[in-house]
Amino acid sequence: MYTQALNADESQRDQTLPAPDAAKLARFQAVIDAEDKIEPNDWMPDAYRRTLQRQISQHAHSEIIGMQPEGNWLTRAPSLKRKATLLAKIQDEAGHGLYLYSAAETLGLSREAYCDQLLSGKAKYSSIFNYPTLTWADMGAIGWLVDGAAIMNQIPLCRCSYGPYARAMIRICKEESFHQRQGYEIMVTLAHGTPAQKAMAQDALDRFWWPVLMMFGPSDKDSMHSADSTKWKIKRFSNDELRQKFIDATIPQGRYLGLTFPDPDLTFNDATGHWEHGVIDWSEFKRVLAGDGPCNRQRLKARQTAEAEGAWVRDAARAYAAKRSQRQATSQVAAE
Amino acid sequence: MPRVIADADLFEFTLALADDALVLGHRLSEWSGRGPSLEEDIALSNLGLDLVGQARLFYTYAGELDGNGRDEDDLAYFRNADGYRNLLIVELEPGDFALTIVRQFLYAAFLHPYFAALCRSTDARLAAIAAKAVKEMAYHLRHSSEWLIRLGDGTPESHRRAVEALDLLWGYTGEMFEPTTAEQRVVAAGIAPDRTQIRQPWTTTVDAVLAEATLQRPAQRGMQSGGRHGRHTEGLDRMLAEMQVLARQHPGAKW
Amino acid sequence: MTEIATPLWEVFIRNRSGLPHKHCGSVHAADATMALQAARDVYTRRGESVSLWVVPSSAIIASDPVDRDVLFEPTGSKIYRHPTFYDVPDEVGHM
Repeated sequence: MYTQALNADESQRDQTLPAPDAAKLARFQAVIDAEDKIEPNDWMPDAYRRTLQRQISQHAHSEIIGMQPEGNWLTRAPSLKRKATLLAKIQDEAGHGLYLYSAAETLGLSREAYCDQLLSGKAKYSSIFNYPTLTWADMGAIGWLVDGAAIMNQIPLCRCSYGPYARAMIRICKEESFHQRQGYEIMVTLAHGTPAQKAMAQDALDRFWWPVLMMFGPSDKDSMHSADSTKWKIKRFSNDELRQKFIDATIPQGRYLGLTFPDPDLTFNDATGHWEHGVIDWSEFKRVLAGDGPCNRQRLKARQTAEAEGAWVRDAARAYAAKRSQRQATSQVAAE
Repeated sequence: MPRVIADADLFEFTLALADDALVLGHRLSEWSGRGPSLEEDIALSNLGLDLVGQARLFYTYAGELDGNGRDEDDLAYFRNADGYRNLLIVELEPGDFALTIVRQFLYAAFLHPYFAALCRSTDARLAAIAAKAVKEMAYHLRHSSEWLIRLGDGTPESHRRAVEALDLLWGYTGEMFEPTTAEQRVVAAGIAPDRTQIRQPWTTTVDAVLAEATLQRPAQRGMQSGGRHGRHTEGLDRMLAEMQVLARQHPGAKW
Repeated sequence: MTEIATPLWEVFIRNRSGLPHKHCGSVHAADATMALQAARDVYTRRGESVSLWVVPSSAIIASDPVDRDVLFEPTGSKIYRHPTFYDVPDEVGHM
């Protein structure tokens, strides 16, 4: 889940590269315009490749970092059913990260190289995971709101022009259909539970609402350079369009819960048929994306620790594989 | 010849199986997000999910035998460490990946043949749970065996860690083969397999895999036990404190 | 520092018996046994498989997209390979 509009630096494209063969470029664009797919071995402009490398790997990083906020409550899940579903959901996120790294690897960089970008702090991931999960209700809010927002972004990606990314997204969307529902079910249970549980649910909505709206990325009027992504059919809807779809879908769900959205300016516009929200604090978004959110350092550190502590295991597996193929080679020679 | 068995004995027996599964499932869930690779993170969650699933089935049945209206969550979340009946080996803190793999191996090498025997229980519910669980444990055994071979025969560091884990865990393997007196009555009634009979197939499996992993079976020595009687290691109370905290802050709440 | 890469394997799943194996993604694993185990854990979490293949990614020989016209276009004109090319009188019925 959890892709975010992180396409801000398409502008950093290296302008010194030789102009691509015009005929190849025209053929490439014709394939895309015909809603056909680009596959790994096909010719593609460098900028297309780099945009996808960045977007798919950031998407993958988001899945992997996104395991942490929920992992924080895994060992305290309040019932065995919730324990099992949360474990399965976090495991799906690992799986989705893996599918996405697989897709990104078809673009010529290894998973290890992408992971390095994450671990060195160079790569970005969705800002939402830099917020802490303070109560169990946050498990509900993440499933309902964060997964809900992610789905808005991800469904159009199933038709993305790059074949491996589109195929990974189809698989992910199919598997994720339970994620948002389980989150909302947690919210329903809490909202209809004891006064303490209801207060917990409201508090989670209060804390997550604005950061979730920020997940869609900057407003269209401030968003740089999504023209290429649109032309290449990587991005089919603008940040504001997706945010609007999400809000329109979510407000009635929140009202059903009997919860209040922390936005006094939230109003329904009868003329347009859409909900209108108050002003988003983009300075907070920038701060979190720049690395100064509540948990940025902890999230990265946890990932670095896991990688470092697993190194000896990966070494052992490789060493054994080398020994085994050595032995097989030796016994083959002996047999001949 | 099957004899009539007291529900209290069968409850005690079933509860112990449930506790074994939950505690080990919980320990595996502690790996979520920390696995040595993405693939292995996912694999460890699969093992954890199998065990939590087994625990739920055993708890639900235990609750019915108990007859006091306790459900799976009452049993899991509202008993203290001294009320838990699990084997000590499953509760030890997970330590490094070697400890997790060696434990999973030693335990699955026991539980797989044990559940295979439990499939033939005269108690239809236990037989049905075992029939599902035996396939899961077959995979746990295969998965942990393959890893143990790689750790043992991998690098000097992985070998050293595997030896250390094996040395620590070995002293907790004896308890797997000790039935409680309540369990002996359940065995006599034809409901439970005799766990002392599992030692031989267990030893065969363990010796074969250790040999392939270039590891030595630790020397015979004194064994730790007490889990079945509620006398646990230092880690269980801490584990339960974390696991149960939220449920206990809101007694009676539904989640 | 980038760690030595663990080899990549392509994973193929047979969803039901009678169907062909179909490519579904890839895993990293040091050897074939671990690759098969990883494929099972990663790609069959929802009971979608009755059989798995793993193949070293490096063992796949792919046709070059540049050759697409050369390799595949000539067959496009051989319409006589398709049954609809032939007329069968209506009276004869289905053939």
